[in-house]
Amino acid sequence: MELGVLDIVKWFELSNEKIQQNKDYLTSLDRPIGDGDHGINMARGYQETVNKINTVDYAEPSAVLKDAAMVLLSKVGGASGPLYGTAFLKMSVAVKGMVVLNLRTLTGGLAAALAGIKQRGKSELGEKTMIDIWGPVVDYFTKGEISSAGLMEIVSSALETSKETMATKGRAAYFKEKSIGHLDPGSASSFYIFEALAEVIKEKE
Amino acid sequence: MKKIINNPNQVLQDMVDGLIAANPQRLKKIPETFVIARADAPVQGKVGLVSGGGSGHEPAHAGYIGKGMLDAAVCGEVFTSPTPDQVYEAIKAVDGGAGVFLVIKNYTGDVMNFEMAAELAEAEGIQVEKVIVNDDVAVEDSSFTTGRRGIAGTVFVHKIAGAMADKGASLEDVKAVAEKVVANVRSMGMALTPCTVPAAGNPSFELAEDEMEIGIGIHGEPGIDRGTIATADEIATTLTEKVLEDREFSGEVAVLVNGLGATPEMELYIMNKKVHDILADRGINVYKTFVGEYMTSLEMAGCSVTLLQLDDELKELLDAESTAPAFRM
Repeated sequence: MELGVLDIVKWFELSNEKIQQNKDYLTSLDRPIGDGDHGINMARGYQETVNKINTVDYAEPSAVLKDAAMVLLSKVGGASGPLYGTAFLKMSVAVKGMVVLNLRTLTGGLAAALAGIKQRGKSELGEKTMIDIWGPVVDYFTKGEISSAGLMEIVSSALETSKETMATKGRAAYFKEKSIGHLDPGSASSFYIFEALAEVIKEKE
Repeated sequence: MKKIINNPNQVLQDMVDGLIAANPQRLKKIPETFVIARADAPVQGKVGLVSGGGSGHEPAHAGYIGKGMLDAAVCGEVFTSPTPDQVYEAIKAVDGGAGVFLVIKNYTGDVMNFEMAAELAEAEGIQVEKVIVNDDVAVEDSSFTTGRRGIAGTVFVHKIAGAMADKGASLEDVKAVAEKVVANVRSMGMALTPCTVPAAGNPSFELAEDEMEIGIGIHGEPGIDRGTIATADEIATTLTEKVLEDREFSGEVAVLVNGLGATPEMELYIMNKKVHDILADRGINVYKTFVGEYMTSLEMAGCSVTLLQLDDELKELLDAESTAPAFRM
């Protein structure tokens, strides 16, 4: 498997489609625990990201990821903006200089993104945040053999597990036990992002 | 919703324009941003001070820009943290070669966005340090925060760190004195009525005609106790006692009785009288008192009480000159 510039662009385009389709759903997840704007913010940020990366001819995936990071940082807002912005910025740095990403370098990029999210959010696995999705995905990639079907299986089960977790970080933490059974909006948007990545990988199978 | 606005989605732009128009000699807007800076920024050789956060807390933070206080303030949408690119622009605008110091109120979004901006600036070779203000003793975690919230005590951090930077102190020394203020300042607030974010159109919570909420946050985040409205003396006692329980105050203190937006100065002075009585009973001397609107929450009715433990260094810095429109000394 090798992903080039166009594949990474495609990843953001597919992510954007899913986020636009589920904008109201993401917002409804955010309403009981936050300020009810996650879907609106993500939809705005991803649309602007796609608009931006479609206007540039990139030499390498790293440059796509960097532009995407900067747009997400400035257009999403709240806590999700810096979290996703950091993730793709760290990923961009990790894969700098590579014209195509193979499994090993893509894994390195995703691991750097995860480390960035943990550092920015001062959070770890099992605290009902998007790390509950990113963590298992990185573990799966690290095993050295992946498939689109396998990735979907991992993210689906990670999302289920996260739903039944009690929030101890982020805004939902204020609601403690009441957060059990409620889906974390950041985990839900991360789910769509990896669903999109699985589709990109599927085209290579 | 009844407000003097043009368009709920335009309030930030309109407010910033009006603020600049009110202080054309003192303030400037950094083009293409909602960053307001000292007209003479960057001041060469001086540590630049940047604060900011969601709007709706006026005069915080842009009213505290001036010689002896902030060099720039980043204005986010109402009750929404500004984005890292905006904070980054502020850092660049005030960097006079001695580094930039960020004063951040402890809200999850603010901390993340300011820290991200600090990393972007450091990547460009600008030295950045920060302090996180968490003076609100009311609650440990809230819907907006991990840990305690930053409220009116932040203004003392602006004043004292700003005076330190104005003396030509190093970034390290500015940080040290800012941390000293944070360690010595405590606040607690209460509300009689909620407030309405213009873009939302409805109050963020409800309080009955005869109800008040103790310990409420400056975005309407839940407090610790909701009950029947009490007298000013009882409210002042509740707030002040809670602050005094949290840390030992002795010798000399500064007092800040802050209005949240819709409370008349008359009521704030009634509060202040009782706060002074309580402190006198405990043998604590009030060195300086500030009464008025310093950290508001749109049109919320209510107030907060802040105490700052002073020593000689903090007294001198508190007394130093400031030309900031909302804190002239």
